[in-house]
Amino acid sequence: MYTLTGLKMKHPTILAAGILGTTGASLCRVALEGGADAVVTKSIGSMPKKGHQNPTLVQLECGFLNAMGLPNPSYPDFLQELKIAKKYSGVPVIASIFGGTVVEFTEVAEGLLPGKPDAFELNVSCPHSEGYGAAVGSDPCLVEAITATVKDIVNVPVWVKLTPNVSDITCIGNAAESGGADAVVAINTLKGMVIDIESGYPILGNRSGGFSGKAVKPVAVKCIYDLYTTLKIPVIGVGGVSCWQDAVEMMMAGAAAVQVGSAVYERIDIFSEINKGIKAFLQRKSYSNVKKIIGLSHEMV
Amino acid sequence: MLPLNATILQITEESPSVRTFFFDLNFETMEPGQFVMVWVRGVDEVPMGLSRTNSITVLKVGETTSKLFELKEGDSFGLRGPFGRGFSLPSTNEKILIIAGGVGAAPLSPYAEAAYAAGSEVHTILGARSADELIFEKRFLGAGKVYISTDDGSKGIKGFVTDVLKGLDFSAYDKIAICGKELMMISIFRLIKDKKILEKVEFSLHRYFKCGIGICGACCIDSSGLRVCKDGPVFSGLQLLDSELGIYERDACGRRVKI
Repeated sequence: MYTLTGLKMKHPTILAAGILGTTGASLCRVALEGGADAVVTKSIGSMPKKGHQNPTLVQLECGFLNAMGLPNPSYPDFLQELKIAKKYSGVPVIASIFGGTVVEFTEVAEGLLPGKPDAFELNVSCPHSEGYGAAVGSDPCLVEAITATVKDIVNVPVWVKLTPNVSDITCIGNAAESGGADAVVAINTLKGMVIDIESGYPILGNRSGGFSGKAVKPVAVKCIYDLYTTLKIPVIGVGGVSCWQDAVEMMMAGAAAVQVGSAVYERIDIFSEINKGIKAFLQRKSYSNVKKIIGLSHEMV
Repeated sequence: MLPLNATILQITEESPSVRTFFFDLNFETMEPGQFVMVWVRGVDEVPMGLSRTNSITVLKVGETTSKLFELKEGDSFGLRGPFGRGFSLPSTNEKILIIAGGVGAAPLSPYAEAAYAAGSEVHTILGARSADELIFEKRFLGAGKVYISTDDGSKGIKGFVTDVLKGLDFSAYDKIAICGKELMMISIFRLIKDKKILEKVEFSLHRYFKCGIGICGACCIDSSGLRVCKDGPVFSGLQLLDSELGIYERDACGRRVKI
């Protein structure tokens, strides 16, 4: 057993927000069949949102580009899904929420409380939804205010998911910590675009979007490394993790746990596979537990 | 994969509201029942079952399909795929029943042909609202016996595919492959009931797709959480026990909407 911001988990492997998280049944499947030790829901807002026109996600040679556009049924409708996930998944369920203002974040957090999420993850980092996500998350004052307000009204841990699309991610990380965040999650997707040269049209319905998958991992590792240096609260690593070696690398950079997103494309039980790999690695290297490798690279000078 | 550029070689009118678009790509690895994501540039991208390795057959239902219908031979659209799990191919000497309603005949027509080529005995129940909306009758006839039902009685039995099915011994078939409107599929599901037979039955589901490749979760069905785009769109009857089939689906926001 291992504890992350007070949540009890068997292993440090978590389903990332926005992946297979629209329904309670899907979240349960990722936990029960996939082996995820905690699951983060799709980001939920105050009003039903259809999201952007398709194509919303395309696979590139080196990763995935998406502009889903925060589609969600809104918190009143999502409560039933959250309750299903809580009842049957057997793992901590983290509610990802978004809003354009402090008031909107408050409304959604309060609205989801009856579903008893184990923690909240504040999406202040989605790069492709005007007025939301990174539009909020690149302003340290706003991040601090939102974090502090949500912390005030909920009695569970609050994680803040950060965007790498800023000049200094540690500045936003500091703001989250000052607002009372229990952890930061780094990183959300990188801004990206892909164009269909046959027609000249940008491929995504939203024209541009966020880039994830293997190619973003070195960017994530550097962000995690810097945040670990700067912050006192745990850093949860996410971005391009697709095997146990990636997870170990992120933990050595300073991640207290890792989230896995687009790699579910390969296989849903990627979580079990990563956990098995980490366990074998710890044994082979004679590390008594997973905590021994968290931040290890910082000592290697 | 990025969308491939598909140039329209030929357009065939199958019925007043259904057209087949032949394109210059050939998905030789296609399993009958698999789909492609069709990108009408500047409009939207929608899933369509492949009706051949080089064609899609489309019912004009909304904005995107209307825009697709405005395209002419020589025009092009984007295509990603083929994606998902298709129908299980029968082996030699198996007896199979195909039940196709309306444009549901599109993904089943290559299945009928593949089953015939594999040496199976193929029976098809082909249903539509009226005679002029029957799709691919000739292709199914080329594969075996065809029973026809139309809502208005303009051809075959007057009634639904289930009315034909009631007159058949469906336990005599090794495989049953179904695609059509959800209300048709749930009627068949309820009619068959028996778990031993449901194991041999495959349904092709239609849900709102976003990513189309199993990442976003928009098309997951209850209560299994299976993804229609990646774990389906073809599911066995057993996979659909205690499911949302015929009860509700989810809209673009993820809200449950009654069927």
